[in-house]
Amino acid sequence: MYRYDQYDQDMVDARVAEFRDQTQRRIEGKLTEDQFKPLRLQNGLYLQLHAYMLRVAVPYGTLSSAQMHMLADIADKYDRGYGHFTTRQNIQYNWIKLEDAPQILADLATVEMHAIQTSGNCIRNISSDQFAGAAADEIVDPRPYAELLRQWSSFHPEFLALPRKFKICVIASETDRAAMKLHDIGIRIVRNDQGELGAAFYVGGGMGRTPMIAPLLREFVPLDQLITYSEACLRVYNRYGRRDNKYKARIKILVHELGKDEYARQVEEEFAHLQTLGIEPPIAELERIKTYFTDPAFQAGASDDLDLSDPDFALWVERNCLAHKQSGYIVANISLKPVGGIPGDASAAQIHLMADLAKEYSFDELRVTHAQNIVLPHVRKADLYTLWQKLDEAGLGAANLDTIEDIIACPGLDYCSLANARSIPVAQKIATRFAETGKSGTLGELKLKISGCINACGHHHAGHIGILGVDRKGVENYQLLLGGCEGDDTSLGQITGPGFDEDGIVGAVETATDVYLANRKDGERFLDTYRRIGMAPFKEALYG
Amino acid sequence: MVDVLRLRDDDPVSDPAVTVDSFIEQSNAAAVRVEPGDDARQLLPHLEQLRLVEVNFPAFTDGRGYSAARILREGGYTGELRAVGDVLLDQLSHLRRCGFDAFAPEKPIDQADAEAAFGRWPHVYQAAADDRAPIWKLRHG
Repeated sequence: MYRYDQYDQDMVDARVAEFRDQTQRRIEGKLTEDQFKPLRLQNGLYLQLHAYMLRVAVPYGTLSSAQMHMLADIADKYDRGYGHFTTRQNIQYNWIKLEDAPQILADLATVEMHAIQTSGNCIRNISSDQFAGAAADEIVDPRPYAELLRQWSSFHPEFLALPRKFKICVIASETDRAAMKLHDIGIRIVRNDQGELGAAFYVGGGMGRTPMIAPLLREFVPLDQLITYSEACLRVYNRYGRRDNKYKARIKILVHELGKDEYARQVEEEFAHLQTLGIEPPIAELERIKTYFTDPAFQAGASDDLDLSDPDFALWVERNCLAHKQSGYIVANISLKPVGGIPGDASAAQIHLMADLAKEYSFDELRVTHAQNIVLPHVRKADLYTLWQKLDEAGLGAANLDTIEDIIACPGLDYCSLANARSIPVAQKIATRFAETGKSGTLGELKLKISGCINACGHHHAGHIGILGVDRKGVENYQLLLGGCEGDDTSLGQITGPGFDEDGIVGAVETATDVYLANRKDGERFLDTYRRIGMAPFKEALYG
Repeated sequence: MVDVLRLRDDDPVSDPAVTVDSFIEQSNAAAVRVEPGDDARQLLPHLEQLRLVEVNFPAFTDGRGYSAARILREGGYTGELRAVGDVLLDQLSHLRRCGFDAFAPEKPIDQADAEAAFGRWPHVYQAAADDRAPIWKLRHG
């Protein structure tokens, strides 16, 4: 994985010093809260309902064991012994004191980590495919491109006061595991007819109040113009993005209002101009970064045999593991969705354990997924049973990846000052109900996502089943959506009808799954059946 | 009178700045003021006659002026480029990277604090409108 050189380290260290100074000036009253707010946000510090929340960047979701240990240490030292892994492949701490924040950033810098631009109206941490470098279907590892973009976007002087936040995602396979088209810019690394690598740019996607799937803006941007084209996209957005209404300020609204073709035309004009300025890093820089992402030293001829005689282990392998590009190896997913738990939460002890296991069994590497789970990307099949036993002992052996128990949920009204309704208890009740009835397995792949308000941090638009918490005359109310999908065939969920109370929504989800079970044909997932039979049978069962 | 922090050696322009619209219409002024909604590209055919461009920041959180500044510098403008309005210490170094070489903050900024702000970043990651070599250039020559 990527390692800082002295330049990278100097920049992160300078940032720590800057934020220490800014925090001090805030405490002394030399900065007003209005002046300080964008500064703290761009260092990941939010003010929540009960305390400050710190969001630490995990660039493209990749971590070393040393970094993971540091995340656990921070949970112990500065928080209440927990970390919360997020849908942006980052980690958040919910109980941070303002005066501790600069020292936390300094601690992070000792392991080449930071919280730079994890919030605020700027280019955010770049996300990517959680199986990058391990997936059998990728053209190349997308992370070097993400790292190139990370450096370009860090402290970019022109784009630190954008109309709104700006999220970029880079993938390099046909299968989209990162909700790429639901980003402000989604980049897919592709090969053209001449066999050259380039980038397909999808611009103007997003969730939030007005969910939109990003249209393809340009089929092929040569790799030696990747930064220049990105800069053109941002400059046109910075010029025209709306600033009169924060709910209409994302680039998706601009692309929609201007029209994709007109936006594209203006980007091309700016792109042509910027190409004359020499702002593109040389290909040698990309090549330098790539050397950090070469394959680990896989054992040649490692055995593909797996002893599946332990039925619990066999189930976990079936549900949580994926084929690796290297024979004898496998991708192991650690579910952070134990039934009844808080989706994405892990204790400091569990984080330490995952770090140790990554060191011992996965070439020192872990990934955070946008579904709020952890991946050990390169596990030798011969080690898998031992690894699973250790996970299971620590409460990390839940065999429920991509099932209805593997719920994405935002922090909701338990923590968040924007939320209208709680998300976590609803997730807990649903997972418990389906685990108790034993239906989770029968249902197969079923992605359920819960947001506690229309800002959609819990990705409810993209859930096969989505739940949106709203406030209805002072009472929490939950709307049900069906048919969303984050993958290649991206679609947005449709609302079934009137909402439900907290217990009602659990029953409604069960009703929807019963409609699926009664109608499914061989091999169909919930989503496939919904797309085939449409909303009507579900409505009938829910409200008829 | 607002104190102007200048990083230039030439004499300040005393002409009052006119709006972009009136500049385009009557076009003999040497000083113009760009508001956030103005398109700085309108000025590009007239850069020769301009000696002062003020870019107004009514709120420091509105970053359109950063792009306006870079566009003018990229177009070859060499006169004074002055950030005016809600210009704060913590934005100074980024403003300078976008091509500003004068600052007229509503609330005065201490000279020593400004010097420290300009020296904050040991390196830069991107090419911009200043003459700093980006890190990739330092790495690869």
